[in-house]
Amino acid sequence: MNAVADIAGIVLGGLAAGTVLFIVSVGLSVTMGLMGFVNLAHGALAMFGGYVIVLSMNRAHFGFGAALALGFVATAALSVVLERMLYRRLYRAGELDQVLFTIGLIFIFIASTIIVVGSETQQLQLPPALSGQFNLGFIQYRAYSIFLIVVGFLIALGIWLTFERSRIGGQIRATVDNRRMAESLGIDVDRLFTITFAFGSGMAGIGGGLGAEFLGLDPQYPLKYLVYFLIAVSVGGLGSVIGVYYASLILGILDFVLTLYLPKGGTIFIYALTILILLARPQGLFGRKGL
Amino acid sequence: MSEIRLETQGLSRHFGALVAVQGVDFKLGVGARHALIGPNGAGKTTFINLLTGVLPATRGRVLLSGRDISATVQAERVKLGIARTFQINRLFRGLSVLENVCMAVAERVGTAGAMFYPAGRRTDIIDESIQLLQTLKLADAARHRVSELPYGRQRLVELAIAIGLRPEVLLLDEPAAGVPSAESHIILDAIEGLPEHIAVLIIEHDMDVVFRFAKRVTVMVSGAIFAEGTPREIEANPQVREVYLGQAGHAATARAHHG
Amino acid sequence: MRRHRLRWWEALPWIAGLAFYFAFPDYLGFGCDLLVTILFALSLDLALGYAGIITLGHGAFFGVGAYTVGMLASYNIWTEPITGLLLAAAVAGVIGFLSGLVLLRTTGLTLLMLTLCTMTLLYEAANMAAAYTGGFDGLPSLPISPVFGVFEFNPLYADTQYLFALGVILVCFIFVRILVYSPFGQSLTGIRENVLRMHAIGSPVRRRLIVCYTISAALAGVAGGLSAQTTAFVNLAVLGLDRSATVLIVLILGGYGRLYGAFIGAVVYLALEHFLAQIYPAAWQLGLGIVLVLIALFARNGILGLGETLWQRFGPRRAAP
Repeated sequence: MNAVADIAGIVLGGLAAGTVLFIVSVGLSVTMGLMGFVNLAHGALAMFGGYVIVLSMNRAHFGFGAALALGFVATAALSVVLERMLYRRLYRAGELDQVLFTIGLIFIFIASTIIVVGSETQQLQLPPALSGQFNLGFIQYRAYSIFLIVVGFLIALGIWLTFERSRIGGQIRATVDNRRMAESLGIDVDRLFTITFAFGSGMAGIGGGLGAEFLGLDPQYPLKYLVYFLIAVSVGGLGSVIGVYYASLILGILDFVLTLYLPKGGTIFIYALTILILLARPQGLFGRKGL
Repeated sequence: MSEIRLETQGLSRHFGALVAVQGVDFKLGVGARHALIGPNGAGKTTFINLLTGVLPATRGRVLLSGRDISATVQAERVKLGIARTFQINRLFRGLSVLENVCMAVAERVGTAGAMFYPAGRRTDIIDESIQLLQTLKLADAARHRVSELPYGRQRLVELAIAIGLRPEVLLLDEPAAGVPSAESHIILDAIEGLPEHIAVLIIEHDMDVVFRFAKRVTVMVSGAIFAEGTPREIEANPQVREVYLGQAGHAATARAHHG
Repeated sequence: MRRHRLRWWEALPWIAGLAFYFAFPDYLGFGCDLLVTILFALSLDLALGYAGIITLGHGAFFGVGAYTVGMLASYNIWTEPITGLLLAAAVAGVIGFLSGLVLLRTTGLTLLMLTLCTMTLLYEAANMAAAYTGGFDGLPSLPISPVFGVFEFNPLYADTQYLFALGVILVCFIFVRILVYSPFGQSLTGIRENVLRMHAIGSPVRRRLIVCYTISAALAGVAGGLSAQTTAFVNLAVLGLDRSATVLIVLILGGYGRLYGAFIGAVVYLALEHFLAQIYPAAWQLGLGIVLVLIALFARNGILGLGETLWQRFGPRRAAP
C-alpha cells in the first residue's frame, strides 16, 4: 500500500510540475511553429505574469482568480506591444539575430525586475481551499497539485479543441504546415501571429503565477528554466499542442523522480534523452516539419 | 543521336502518396541541346534534383556515360561532371563575383580543403576564374559584391559558377527566370556560347528561348514524359498544344506583346 | 583575394597587449581574464562567424579544456603548462569531433538545442562526479609548473600568467588567421553564405563543418585550459550556460566573422562589466540587454561592422578590396 502511495505521489508531483511547464510552453510552441522565430525570452513573459499575479495578491489583496485573470491580460498586453514594436522587425532575420535579441530581452526583464521589485524570491499565498490535502480515495495528496493537473488538462483540451475545430485553429495549422501556401490562400499571417503571440504569452504569464509556489519566482526565472521550456517545445514538436503536453508531463515526472533520487546531476538523463530524441526525430515527437 | 552522356531508366520519386516523377526514361547525348518543358508542378525541378543527387530516387537508375551513379552522393556526381544552376539564385551574396567563381574552381581542382596557405596565392585558380568571367562579359564586375549586381548579371554569375566546374552535363533550371526581358539576351548569348561538347539540359517556360536554343524537346506532365521530339514536332503535336502550349503559349505571346 | 596580406594596424592589439602589462601592473589578473575571453571568442568565431554553425553550447569545450588541465594538475598527474594546453586541446578536440559527427547533421533550432543539451549534459556529468571534479566548490589552488621550467606562476601576482597567456593567444591567433584566409577558410565562408550552392559545386560540406567544429572545439579547450592555469582554479561554472551566452555576446558585440571582433568585443564587454557591474549590477545588466536588442535590430555586424560602415561612408575613397 505504501509503495503504491509513493509511486502515486511521485507521479502526481511530476504531473503537477509538468502541467505548469505545459501552460508556460504551449504558446512558445505555437508561435515558434508559426514564425520559426527563436524566442528565448518566452520565460521572461512567464516571469512577468508571475510577478503580476503574486504581487497583486500579496500587495493589493486580489483574489486568486482575479489575480490570474489580471496576470493573463497584463502579460498578453505587454507581449502585443513587444511584438508590434520589436519582434516584428526580426521575423526575416537570421536565427543568430533572434537569439541575440531575445537574450537581450531576458536581461532587460531580469534587471528591470531587480530594480523595480527586488531580487528576493516572491511567495505565492494559496487560497485556503487549495492549500490543504485532497482525498483521492487511496491517498491524501496536496489539493493544489490536483488542482493544477485538472486545470492543465482542461486547458490542453480547450486549446486542442480550438486548434482542431475552430476557424482560427485551422488557419494556425495551415500556416504552421506551409506558411507561403497559407499566405496565398489569403490568411492574414501577421494578425494570426499577433493573436497567438498574445494568447501564448498570456498563458505563460498564468503559468508563471501557478508555478510560483514550487518552481519559485525570482528575477533569474527566465534563465533558470529556459532549457526546460526549449526541451518541452522541441521534443514535443513545434506547433503541436498535444506534443508539448506529453513532452511537458514526461519532463515533469522525470525531473521529479531524478531530483528526488539522484539530486546531484540526475537530470543528466533528461538531457541525454533529449539529444537522442532530437537526433532520431529532428522535428520532435509530434512535429510535422523540421525545426 | 551520338554517344549517350546521361541516361535515366524508370526513374521515379514519391513524396508520401504524391508521385512527383514517374518512370522517366530519358537520354541526353554528348553535346546535346535539350529543353525540358511542362506545366508548373510537372516535376521538372524534382527530376533535376534526382539527376544531381539532391534527392534519392524511389525507383529507377541514373547512368552517366554508361556508369550507374544512382547511389552516388551529390558531391561525387559533381566531381564526375554534372553541374547545375538554380531556378532562384543561390550565390555567395556577401562575396565578390570573382570569389564566387573561385570557390567553384578551387573545389573542382581539389584545393578547397587546403588549410595552410592563403587562397589568394593560387594565381592559377584566380586567372582561370577571371578568364571565365571575361568570356561571360563579367570581368568588369569581378571585384564587386554579388549582392550589388543587377539581377540579370547575378544570373550570369550563377551560370559562371556552374561552368567553372567544367561539367560534361549542365542542367539549367530556368536560367532566365526573373530577368527583365531587356537583360535576358545576355543570358541567352552566354548559353549559346557554351562549349560544344557539354550536354545541356535546360528547363524553360519561355517558348522563344526553347525554339532558339533546343534541338530536342521533352514535355513532362504530371511527373511522366508526355512527348519528345524536335521543336517543330512538339509545336505541331496537337496533344501537347492542348495540355501545355495552349495556355503557356498564349501567355508567352501575350508577354512578348506587352513587353 | 589579397586580404591575407598583413596590414600595419594588425600589430596594434599585440602592442596594446604588451603596453597593458607595463601600464596596469595591478590589473594583470583582469588582463588574463581578458585574454582568455578573447581566445574563447576567437574559437567561437571560427565555428559561428566563419562556418555559420549557430551554437549555444560552446562552453562545453571550454569546460572540458579547463577540467582537463584542472584535474590533471589537481591530482598531480600533469602540471607542465604548455603540454597541459595541448592535452586540453586534444581532449576538447576529440569531444568536438565526436559531437560534431553526430550533431552537425542538423541545423537551425535543432542544432541550437542539441549543442545546448550537450553542454548541460556535461555540466550535470561534472556535477555527478563531484568527488573528482570538486562540483561547484571546484578544484582550488591548482599546482602549475613553471613555464619552460623557469618562469613560475605567482598565485598573488599574475605577471607570468599574463605574458604566458599573451603568448598562447598570439600563437593561436596566427593559426586561426592562416586558417581563415586559406582555401579551407574560404569554403567555410561559402558554407555560411549558401550551403545549397556549396553542395552543388561538389563540396564535402559536412566533412568541412566537422573539421572546423573540431578545430574550434580544440581552441576553446585551450582557452579553458588557460583559464584554469591562470586562475589556478576550475569549477562547474566553466560549463554553465552563462559562459556560453557571454562569449556569444562578446563575439557579436565586436562583430563576428571578422577575426578582430573577438578582441574588440572582449575588451569593451569586460571593461564595462568590470567597472559598471561592481558599482550597480542591475543597471549593467539592463544596459547590456538594451545594447543587445539594439545590435540585433540595427547593427548586426557589431562594433567592427559599424566602424566599417562609417569608414566606407566618411573615410577616404579607395578601390574596392
